[in-house]
Order: sequence, then structure tokens, then C-alpha cells
Amino acid sequence: MKLDREEVLRLAALNKLGMTEEDVSVFSRQLSDILEGFEILNQVDTTGISPTAQPNSLFNVMRADIIAPSMPPSEVLANAPLRNGEFFRIHAVLE
Amino acid sequence: MTHLEQLTIHEVHKLLKSKQVSSVELTKAVIARIHAVDPKIRAFVTVTEELALQQAMQADKRIADGDCRPLTGIPAVMKDLLCTKGIRTTCSSKMLENFVSPYNATVIEKLYAEGMVLIGKANMDECAMGSSTENSAFFATHNPWDLMRIPGGSSGGAAAAVAASEGFYALGSDTGGSIRQPASYCSITGLKPTYGRVSRYGLIALASSLDQIGPMTRDVEDAAIVMNAISGYDDRDSTSVSYEVTDYTKALGKNIKGMRLGIPREYFADGIQPEVASTIKTAIVALEELGAHVDWNVSLPSSPYAPAVYYVISTAEASANLARYDGIRYGFSYQAANSMWEALEKTRQFGFGTEVKRRIMLGTYVLSAGCYDTYYLKAQKVRTLIRQEFESAFEKYDALITPTSFNLPFKLGEKTDDLMASYFYDVCTIPVNIAGIPAISIPAGFVDGLPVGLQIIAKPFAEEKLLRIAHAYEQATGWQQYQPPL
Repeated sequence: MKLDREEVLRLAALNKLGMTEEDVSVFSRQLSDILEGFEILNQVDTTGISPTAQPNSLFNVMRADIIAPSMPPSEVLANAPLRNGEFFRIHAVLE
Repeated sequence: MTHLEQLTIHEVHKLLKSKQVSSVELTKAVIARIHAVDPKIRAFVTVTEELALQQAMQADKRIADGDCRPLTGIPAVMKDLLCTKGIRTTCSSKMLENFVSPYNATVIEKLYAEGMVLIGKANMDECAMGSSTENSAFFATHNPWDLMRIPGGSSGGAAAAVAASEGFYALGSDTGGSIRQPASYCSITGLKPTYGRVSRYGLIALASSLDQIGPMTRDVEDAAIVMNAISGYDDRDSTSVSYEVTDYTKALGKNIKGMRLGIPREYFADGIQPEVASTIKTAIVALEELGAHVDWNVSLPSSPYAPAVYYVISTAEASANLARYDGIRYGFSYQAANSMWEALEKTRQFGFGTEVKRRIMLGTYVLSAGCYDTYYLKAQKVRTLIRQEFESAFEKYDALITPTSFNLPFKLGEKTDDLMASYFYDVCTIPVNIAGIPAISIPAGFVDGLPVGLQIIAKPFAEEKLLRIAHAYEQATGWQQYQPPL
């Protein structure tokens, strides 16, 4: 599978990952190589085999909704790069 | 002569309990050792010197009150992706360079309850992506056995610290071999528990269906002691399992007569260094001499596909896990932007290293419309086959024996250019994570002064069997006693 420039830019946009032109060309080549490596999986016959999402046998783990104290706002906000009182501050979403 | 800081947990515990040494003395000895050797090794991102001395004083009070548990007062090292309240947790990434955890991981809480002294946070490959610790955004760590070589990874700082006596034990995390491979390269013991045995709450996630926390220690008894402290169900990790936790030290000191061991031939395939293969074969003969029945002709035909399965599944999960880094709530934040979207894109562009970006891109691709069936679903199906082959093998064998790595530790900088090769190094360790089963790596000798690790694999929740076999081998051979020439 060849990953062209447009496809790399589409993935970068999906990831909200800024990229230089050089990044785009390097990733286009490297990701294509890696995807080619993945083709080895086509050698395995998986007819009738069900997928494994995680290895232990747990299924739909449920718990009671127990009310407990949350972390205080001062601790939640302690690592915020920008804050305004008890809020996280971000750039304007709408102009 | 063996120095204080070079002893094992169980040796130093006896000294603490009998009050021949205090936790403060022990902690000072370790700090002095870090000052002496860490400029050469660079195992630590953060050394928590003052905090450690305070904790040591508290531990000494506790011991004076007659409460000296197996880990009380003993300095430990944590891989820098385990959240430690009030202390920096960086994941060796620029993204989290100044992140101070607001809470403790469950394993940290459990160790504090036992009286741990936290000596520092260890270097790693950024976001646990890599096998050499060269992918750290800060600096590379050096192997204590040969400073020109890598310590392995991603828990390379943790392994190097334990090998160089800069802490009595460490906790690492293992997604595709990140505890076992550096343990092998640094000649220490590293145990990856069964998926669900140890809570992942507070472990910064790489791949949630593969990650597991485990001990990195100087011998097998120490691994059992640490497992006793960290294992068990946790309602904050819904994938943790309520399977009964037994006293793992009870598995030690037993013989292995009549145990059935299988040697899967795919784990000695082309690409293995001949000296590694012959060292491991010598180790298997030693196990045979201890009374085990060895079947040299076992096959796990789907295991060679495990690295491809791993890089599909782990990158898919990582791409979702790493979506949380937005520069808004915590972590690196690009400020000179004109819009929210630009800030987000630039934050991720400048906050993540190349390997992290590559894997996020790859993971997004294999999950995207039109590719999901070809890559992700296919990998999940091959995952089922790999798991089933292990299940069948464990109907016949108590454990499987393999090398931990095909290679001796590489020289720093030797392999970073060869991307595909580096993705397929971990061919012996990856299948274990794919299947969610436990495995241990223990020292098995040296080739030209470089360590070789032996891997023992068992069925889910059979950690006791791993420890029993590993301990019998270790006591018979004594490889764990060697110290690096620092």
C-alpha cells in the first residue's frame, strides 16, 4: 500500500498534527514501507476466526454509581497552561 | 566486597528489621551511588533526593514501632510514566516535561502503603515507544555493562538503575517487551505479569489491551516480593482481575523435577545471534539437569506474525490514547497561535517526537474507513490464533523457554536509522503481550561481557510457576550475582 502526499495530509488533519513539507515526504515513504511490512498478515488464513480485542475474558464490566468527592478544582487546574479563575482558557473557537 | 546499595531487597530487609542499618543510611548510600555513577549512565529524569530522605525518616519511625514489612524503607525507582502525586511525570516527552501528577498510580499507592522510599523517576523511550531508550526526548541512557551500548527499552532507565545499584528495584511497564528486553540487556530480573494482574490506573497509557506494569529486580526472590505488593484487583481499572493473589514467595526454593518445558522453534529462527542461541541452549540443558523434562520440538507457527499484529494493534490504540494531548488541560502548549485549531496542531507538532508522530499516523490509518478490515480486524484475528496456540501448548507444557531477545545490546546510535528492523527486534517478547500471558526474563550468562536473558513463559495467572522455575535456575547458576564493571 502506497501512502501518497494527500493521504498523509489527510491523516495529519485527522490527528490535528501540524507538519512540515519535509515531514510529509518522510512519513509518506516510511509509512508506505511499514504498511508493506504488514502485508505479511495476508499469509495467515483467518477464515472463521473471531477477533480478539483484549486478552482476558472480562465482558462489559459494570459497577454501582457511587458518589464520592472529586478532585478539588485547584488540583485539576494546577497543570493548565492558561486559566481564568476556575476555567481552562483556550483560543476563541468562533470568530 | 559488596556495598550496601548492591544488596537485594531480601538481604537489606533483614538488616533493616534487625536494626543493623537504617533506611536513612540506605537511602544516603543510594544517593551517593547515583551521584557517583549516574553522570555516566543517565538513568534518571528526576532524582527525588529530599523527598526520599523524608520518606526514609518516616520509614525508620515505622520500623522503630515494629512495623517492618518486606519493602519498608527500601529505595525504589519508578519508570517515568507512573503517576506520582506532586512529582514530575514526563513520559520522557517534551509534551509532559513539566507535568506534575495530581494523583498517585495505584501501584504507587500500594508501595507507599508498604513504606517505599521513592528515589527517582527513570528515563524511557518517549511514551514507551521504542526498545533502546534512545527515543527519550531528553537524553539516551547507557548500559552499565558497556557504556557505549543501549540498555534496551522502553524501560531502559529503570533497568540500568537497578543493574547499577542506583535503587534496589524498579517498576517498569511492558507493552511488547519493555520490561523483559531491558532486563535481559542489563542482566537483571524482569517480570511481565498476566494482563489484569496489576492495576494500570495511573499508568500513562500506550496500548491499553497490551500494557502491564511489573517488577524489575536484582533476583527472582525480589521479583516475588514486589509482586506481592502490587498485584490485585482495583476498581479504578476495569480490566484488572479479581483472581486470588497468593504469596508469590511460596513458589521459591522448590525443585522443578518432572516439570514439562517446551522449546518453541520459531523463537530460535533466522536472525538470532548464534552466541545468544548457544547461551540459551546451555541454560536449557541446565534446566534439564535440574530434573525438568524438555521437549525441543515445539511449534507456535503464528508467533512470527506477532510483530506485525503488534504494530497494527498498538499503534491503533496509541492513536486513540494520545488524542488527549491538546495543550489545554496540561502539558506542552503552543501559545503563539491565532486560533484554537492552530494551537492544537502546533502543540502536537512541537510536543511529540518523530517516533510518536509516526505511530499516531499509522494507528489512525489502520483504523480509518476502508483500512479497518484489511489491517485492524485482520490483526485482531491473527491475535486470536497466537493466543490459541499458546493455550494448546500449555495443555502439554508447564512453561515455554526462549531467549528474551535475538540480539546482544546494540551500540548507541547503531540501529536508529533502520526503522523496519527496529520494529521487528522484539519478536520473542511481543507474542506474550498479544496473548496477555505472563513471562519473566532472568540473567543466563554473558557473551564477551554482554548480558543474555532467558525468557520463561507460562499460562495466565501462573506467575508462581515462572518464579519457581526462574528461582531454581538462578540458584543453580548464580548469574544474578555478577555486578557491572563501573
